[in-house]
Amino acid sequence: MPPLLEMRQVTKVFGGGGMFQRRRVTALRDFSLVIEGEPPTIIAVVGESGSGKSTMANLMLGLETPTSGAVLYKGTDLRRLSREQWREFRRDVQAIFQDPFGVYNPFYKVDHVLTTPIEKFQLARSREEARKMIEQALLAVGLRPEDTLGRYPHQLSGGQRQRTMVARTLLLRPKIIVADEPVSMVDASLRVTVLANLLQLKEQFGISLIYITHDLATAYQISDRIIVLHRGIVVEDGDPEQIVKRPQHPYTKLLISSIPRPDPDQVWDDEIPERDGVLAESQLTSLTAEQLEPADRRTNPPSPVP
Amino acid sequence: MLLEIDNLQVVYPTPARVVRAVDGVSLSVQPGERLGLIGESGSGKSTIALAIMRLIKPPGQIAGGRILLDGEDLLTLDDEEMRRRRLAEVALITQGAMNSLNPVLRIRPQIIDGLEAHGIKLSKSGYEQRIAELLRSVDLDPEVADLYPHQLSGGMKQRVCIATAISLRPKLIIADEPTSALDVVVQKRIMQTLRRVQREIGASVILIGHDMGLMAQFAQRVAVMRSGQLVEVNTVKEIFTKPAHPYTRLLMDSLPSLERRDSLLAKAELAAAAASSAAAGDQ
Repeated sequence: MPPLLEMRQVTKVFGGGGMFQRRRVTALRDFSLVIEGEPPTIIAVVGESGSGKSTMANLMLGLETPTSGAVLYKGTDLRRLSREQWREFRRDVQAIFQDPFGVYNPFYKVDHVLTTPIEKFQLARSREEARKMIEQALLAVGLRPEDTLGRYPHQLSGGQRQRTMVARTLLLRPKIIVADEPVSMVDASLRVTVLANLLQLKEQFGISLIYITHDLATAYQISDRIIVLHRGIVVEDGDPEQIVKRPQHPYTKLLISSIPRPDPDQVWDDEIPERDGVLAESQLTSLTAEQLEPADRRTNPPSPVP
Repeated sequence: MLLEIDNLQVVYPTPARVVRAVDGVSLSVQPGERLGLIGESGSGKSTIALAIMRLIKPPGQIAGGRILLDGEDLLTLDDEEMRRRRLAEVALITQGAMNSLNPVLRIRPQIIDGLEAHGIKLSKSGYEQRIAELLRSVDLDPEVADLYPHQLSGGMKQRVCIATAISLRPKLIIADEPTSALDVVVQKRIMQTLRRVQREIGASVILIGHDMGLMAQFAQRVAVMRSGQLVEVNTVKEIFTKPAHPYTRLLMDSLPSLERRDSLLAKAELAAAAASSAAAGDQ
């Protein structure tokens, strides 16, 4: 059985063509990842802006096509899926995005985002059945249907809106959810409940999660495996405990030491590596090619494309 | 006391009702002190910053209270007097400050502009020297003065804004989420720089934000806002070891740890319980 989803040596280059796009940017380089789907796992992809993490998400969802390499769904390149397979892929692999407001049409009640997938995929035979499914999905993410349905997006908090999105994906019973910064726009006190919802999807419904984030702390809390991306390259990949407690790569070490600890007894000193700010801020680019080599590659060796 | 806010009221009338963005807040800041003002979106923390700067846009208005800076009530000053206090006595650095730089001007004239607006006339070499000092103090190379904003990274632009903010040695710097648009690696360096220059010029800082970790790193005292009101003000150590208000406890409980993996589900239940008791505390 081929894995459910696989990214095989995927490289994505932007620009380079046309008159006005002279600069070529390699957003993701030689990225490989296998998601078996069984047992369900949560894989966190951690990186800062420009690390290529969102490009990776878009490639995985089929929203971008690789410059080289391939994204395979059940062993078939996304570009070669039949209409029927594509439909199956669209249902099996769901996305949750960062902005819990932008995905809603402000003129429609929130019910709309829940009824659309049911109609689209003909999940229910009757209105009553659809209603029941929606209520169950909302209850599963800890929302009360009577407080959620019939309301407009702006009447819900960011946390409620994002949990409604989790409920929406749940209706489809996907096998994989790709969540790109799902909690970064949710208020701090509500984040943990959204994260708990995502964890529940794995534990109760057997759904695997690709959790894309800049926040190593939440990644550490929720995931079974962490991949650290830096400038399009995997610099570290492995067990969350290992990566957070014993980071190997200089970039991971820098990232961990930069996270503000909620401990007033362990306060940063005033020391900044260089006085020269131009260097200080661009210091990351000066990591040598050797330092950028992966500290641990756990991804499977590529097998020939069928 | 450098700053004394006394029963501040800021309201925004809407067709439906009058929104009390800041509802009777009293707060003081000592000279040289770093105060953290934490709260979630819509809690009124940024409105307090704008009120101190007297930059509340209509229809919003300051409906009551006093804001004393060094004993002088900013709310009684005329517009010209207030203009002179801004930057010279109280400076504001916002999250989007880096986008407030003029894209078609090099950095040098933009810093000079602030100095000139406050009556500081120097010779060409005098400005040159002053700007080089300022840029060095925020860990930038003096040559940055010759660059345009688009040639700088977000972190460097935010440093330029800090340099501008301290150019007249204000007594109070209000930093409203100064690093929330930046990556954590850059954030740490900027906060270190801000703390160092704050000590060097002896200014007080009000750091506004939503990240408890950043507050622990930067602030000496923390004030917690919720729905336009202060729910708790205490030293950073007390806030972190003995949070008194249920809402503060909720913020603490929601923090993801890097020390150990907790049960997220248990944490979510705790947070839900704390949320309902915080809501009960509002009644």
